Formats: sequence, structure tokens, C-alpha cells
Amino acid sequence: MQLSRDALLRAYRQMKVIREFEERLHTEIMTGEIAGFTHLYCGQEAVAVGVCEHLDSVDKIISTHRGHGHCIAKGCDVPTMMKEIWGSSEGTCKGKGGSMHIADLDHGMLGANGIVGGGAPIAVGAAMAAKIDGKGKVSIAFSGDGACNQGTTFEAMNMAVVTKAPCIFVFENNHYSEHTGVDYAVGTNLDIASRAEAFGMKVWRGNGVDFFSVHETMREVLEYVRAGNGPAAVEFDTERFFGHFEGDPQRYRGEGELDRIRDERDCLKIFREKVTQAKLLEGADLDAVDADVMSLIEASVEGARAAPRPTAEDVLTDVYISY
Amino acid sequence: MANMMYREAVLRTIFEEMERDENVVMLGEDIVGGMGTAGGPEAIGGIWSTSTGLFGKFGANRVIDTPISESAIIGAANGLALSGKRPIAELMFADFIGVSLDQIWNQMGKFRYMFGGKSKCPAVVRMAYGAGFNAAPQHSQSVHSLLTSMPGLKVVIPSTPADVVGLLRTAIRDDDPVMFLEHKALYATKGEVPDGDYTIPFGHARLTRAGQDVTIVTCGLMVGFCERVADKLAKEGIGCDVIDLRTTSPLDEEAILDSVEVTGRLIVVDESTPRCSIATDIVALVAEKAYSSLKAPSVMVTPPHTPVPFARELESAYLPSTDKIEAAVRKILAWR
Repeated sequence: MQLSRDALLRAYRQMKVIREFEERLHTEIMTGEIAGFTHLYCGQEAVAVGVCEHLDSVDKIISTHRGHGHCIAKGCDVPTMMKEIWGSSEGTCKGKGGSMHIADLDHGMLGANGIVGGGAPIAVGAAMAAKIDGKGKVSIAFSGDGACNQGTTFEAMNMAVVTKAPCIFVFENNHYSEHTGVDYAVGTNLDIASRAEAFGMKVWRGNGVDFFSVHETMREVLEYVRAGNGPAAVEFDTERFFGHFEGDPQRYRGEGELDRIRDERDCLKIFREKVTQAKLLEGADLDAVDADVMSLIEASVEGARAAPRPTAEDVLTDVYISY
Repeated sequence: MANMMYREAVLRTIFEEMERDENVVMLGEDIVGGMGTAGGPEAIGGIWSTSTGLFGKFGANRVIDTPISESAIIGAANGLALSGKRPIAELMFADFIGVSLDQIWNQMGKFRYMFGGKSKCPAVVRMAYGAGFNAAPQHSQSVHSLLTSMPGLKVVIPSTPADVVGLLRTAIRDDDPVMFLEHKALYATKGEVPDGDYTIPFGHARLTRAGQDVTIVTCGLMVGFCERVADKLAKEGIGCDVIDLRTTSPLDEEAILDSVEVTGRLIVVDESTPRCSIATDIVALVAEKAYSSLKAPSVMVTPPHTPVPFARELESAYLPSTDKIEAAVRKILAWR
């Protein structure tokens, strides 16, 4: 199905925001200004955006420890996210969550999650809630090829099938769980979707570096799940441009691998080529988006640097609602 | 006033809360019992008879019989709670927190804090706990000390049918995650339950016996043990305050300290293992905040630091008993 000009520009912009958010963090982290662990989503933008462009705020997603992309794609405010990563009291989580725990319930974003495999069972519960409400809402469990090996993910898949919960398990296979290759760690011959199939779900597979492949695949998946057929799963083959965490020396990469995937499997380049060749958008349209995004990121970083810091008293708040 | 069993108090409260609020849902393994069998739904019902009839009344969307998947049970409760529902998850045995601990400890207990106060997780996790049935190391444990050590969770341990009703209502209506521990040996005990829609606030202990000489702090099944000892000793002129904590998180520090300031003697009676426990916690609290009131070293009556054993002789030796509690009172009174 042909996307409108506005929809194309919006999708590109979302992917570009994620890309530049992460590229900037990669640079800033080297200065030591940002505390803690950061896991960047660069390379996988087509998946988050290709999935979330189909959703609205009543649909729920739960993310991974590599969550910035999902947050942005689901509508979290970018400057506020940047403040959170800087640890400001004005951040998305008032400086208490940081990179791995950004959540925005108002936008249906149930949180990035520091525990690999922690999210899938929660997504099933959100899907149960959607089923009770009976309005065709869905929930999405984003997992990587690491989380696909956790028992929690297996439990979640079976529970979703048994309860016919409208849950979609989106597996982003970026070929690395932390520092370990998928051909070592995933026993089903590199194939994650077949696992979901074995749990009794209908499954799809798509190209996770091509927005149009993700978007078109998800159209089918969502149509199937929103129609009340129970859960489904989809595996997207994608790429991780940076290490597992920032500071990862990546000695496990093959020679020239990073250059090759940046050159051949960059979802932003692929998008630009496709839409300009098909004359859906002009290069200048995309350049304008790029400039706009760079200003947003610059302003976000400046805002985060200048934002107020939490105080020692803030340690004690928000453990409970009522004490 | 109605006289009912502890297990009936659980079931009736869940039933009434589900009727009162359509967002209240229940999930757990075999809470319907018989799904997918020739006998059909409710052929068995939950093994504790705390969910009997709920499926027939409220249907499969709100009474969710799950596979044996404790991580997914608690995880699903988390997802339901973050999506506006008020789930009551049942862990058939409290020991099964081991399988689901990530969802309890890293997820539900931390959402609100790590999301900067912008979420609520109104989930209740009910679990049958405690020894006395020769159910051996993995089906007998008292896990409230472990759960109390985790910030973000509330921990409730009712000792009577009346408290079950008042505390479970509070738990279901509370916007924070609540661990609700029901002692297996209390399910068949009976008691008077007041009429009306009463609730019992968390963090308010109950003084079940009053005396001037010794403070006994306890909870759950042990409350009855301590009361029997206090009643016996009262006939000798020895007066014991028996404080039923009702909740270990939040903890009613004031009730403990006020009593110790009068009696000068503290005994903690608890069924969980003694290291890093609610017993050591309360002894430390009194040492910190009521040291000058103390007339004798505090005494803990707990199991030894071992798993719960199986054989009758071993389990009896393991558990606190009225004899051990009475001996503790006499020991603390004989100090100097």
C-alpha cells in the first residue's frame, strides 16, 4: 500500500531522530559527561519506526535495554528523554531511571527494561488488558536475539497463545546478544521465528533494515492480531551499528564488518534511495528533515546540559504512591 | 457479624471486589482448575478454595487460568496493572516467588521509582505460605522477610478472617504492588468478621493482648501461638503485649517502640529464617531507637537457619512453638 507524502516524511523523520539521538550520545559519552550504561539502537531504526507508525497511544509497547529507538518511535518527548539520560530532575523519569528505564505510560510506552527478557511477560499482561477492553488494541513485546533465549520469553509466548492475548512478539535479530553471535547462541539454526511458530503462533519474517518491508509486514501482522486471532510473532533481520554498550571494544566484529553494514545495510540510506528513485520524495525534502532533526538534537543536548539536577531529598520520593 | 473461615474470607473479599470494580481481575495456575479436561472448567477449582465460583460468575477474561509459568503470571499481572487493571495474581505456593522473582523484585517493585513516579502498579500477589504440613523445603517457606527487604513492595500477613477481609480490601484498592501472604494452616480457622465495607490501613499493627512485662512482636500463624502463651502466663501474673504486625512493609515502628518503652523487654516470634529477617530488623530497630528502655537483651524465637525439613519430628523441632515462646518469656524475665 502506498504511503502518503506526509507519512513518508514522518517515518523518515522518526528514523532520523533516532539515528542522530544515538550518534550524538555516542559522541557525548566519550567526554564522560553522561553517567552509567548506555546501549544504542543505531542501525535498527527501521524496525521501531516501521512497527510504531501503525500504533496509536492506546496500543502498548514494552522495550529492551536498547530502548531509545522504541521510545522515540512511540512518541516520547525527545528533549525530555535527553534530560533523563543526563540525569536531570526534569527528565522522563526525573533522573531515577536513566537510559535503560525510559517509560511514558501516556504514550503507551511501558518502559525500556534493564533485564533481558523482562519485558515479554509484561506485554502479555497488557495484551490481556486489551482483550478485556475489546477495542482491538494490541501490545508489542520488542525482544532481541538475546532475549529470545530467556525462559521468560518462552513462558510469555505460551501464555499469550493459551489466553489468545493480542500480543505481538517482535524479535529484532541484530546478530549479537551482547558480545555473542547468533549462530552460537540461538540453537534453531539462526532462526527465531520458528520458535514462536512452535509455540503455536502465526509468524512473519521481514527485512529489518528496510522500513518498507517492516511497515508492510506489520500491516499484515496487525490486521491479523487486531481481528482477534490471538498473538503473533515476527522476526526482523537487522543490524547494530555500535557495540553492546558504549565503550564495548567490539573485538568480536569481522574485518570491515562495521563499514560494510553502514555502507550496505543502513536503513536511512535505503529509505532515501527508494523514495527518491520512485520519485515519492525529493532529496531536498529529506535534507530539510535532516537539518530540522539536527537542530532538535542540538537543542535537546543544550537543554539537558542546562536542566536542573535532582537533590538528595529526591532519593526518597516515589518509592510508593501511599506510604 | 458473620462467622467464617479464613479461606472463605479470602474468596468472599475477592468476589465482592470483582463485583465492585470491573477492573479487578484474577490470574494464576489452576485457579479455575479443570481447564482443558473432560471434567471441564471448575472441575477442581483452586487448591485452596479461594477462587471457587469466580470463573462462572466473571468469565474467562477476568478469571484467567494460566499455565504453570510463574514468571509470566507475575509479568502479566504487571502488564495488566500498567494498563489500568487491578490484577490479583495467585502463586499457589509462596515458595514459587523463586521462579518469578525478576517480575516481583526488578519489575513491579521498581516501576514507580525508576519511571520517576509516573506509573502505578496496583497488583496484588497472593501466596500461600508457611510450614506445618510436612511439605518439605520447597513448599513450606515463610518468605515475608525476603519480600520486606525489597523497596517498592508492600507486604501483608493477615492472621484472622477479619483481618483478611480488611487487609485484602485495602490491598486490592491500593495503587502500589502488594504481597499478600496467607498461611496454609490458617485457611481452615474460623473467626468473626464485621459487617460493612471496612478496610484496615497498612502499617497499623494490632495489639491483641496487653501486658506490662514483655513485648512480643509477631505476625501470621505465630500470632495465635503468642496469644496462647500470653493467656497462660497472665494467670501467673506475667503480662505480655502481643503485637500482630499485620504488615511488615510498611512497619508500624511506633507500636513496637511504644510497647517496649513500657515493658523494657522485646521478644520477636517469627516463622521465617533468622538471618537478615523481620526478627533481626525489629531487634535492630529497638536497639537503635529504644535502647535506654531495655531491661534485658532482646530474644528472637525463629526457626534455625536451615531449610524447612520434611519429617514430622524434624519439622516440629524446626518451627517456633508455644513451649519455645514461653521459655523465651521466662528467659527474658530471668535476666539478672
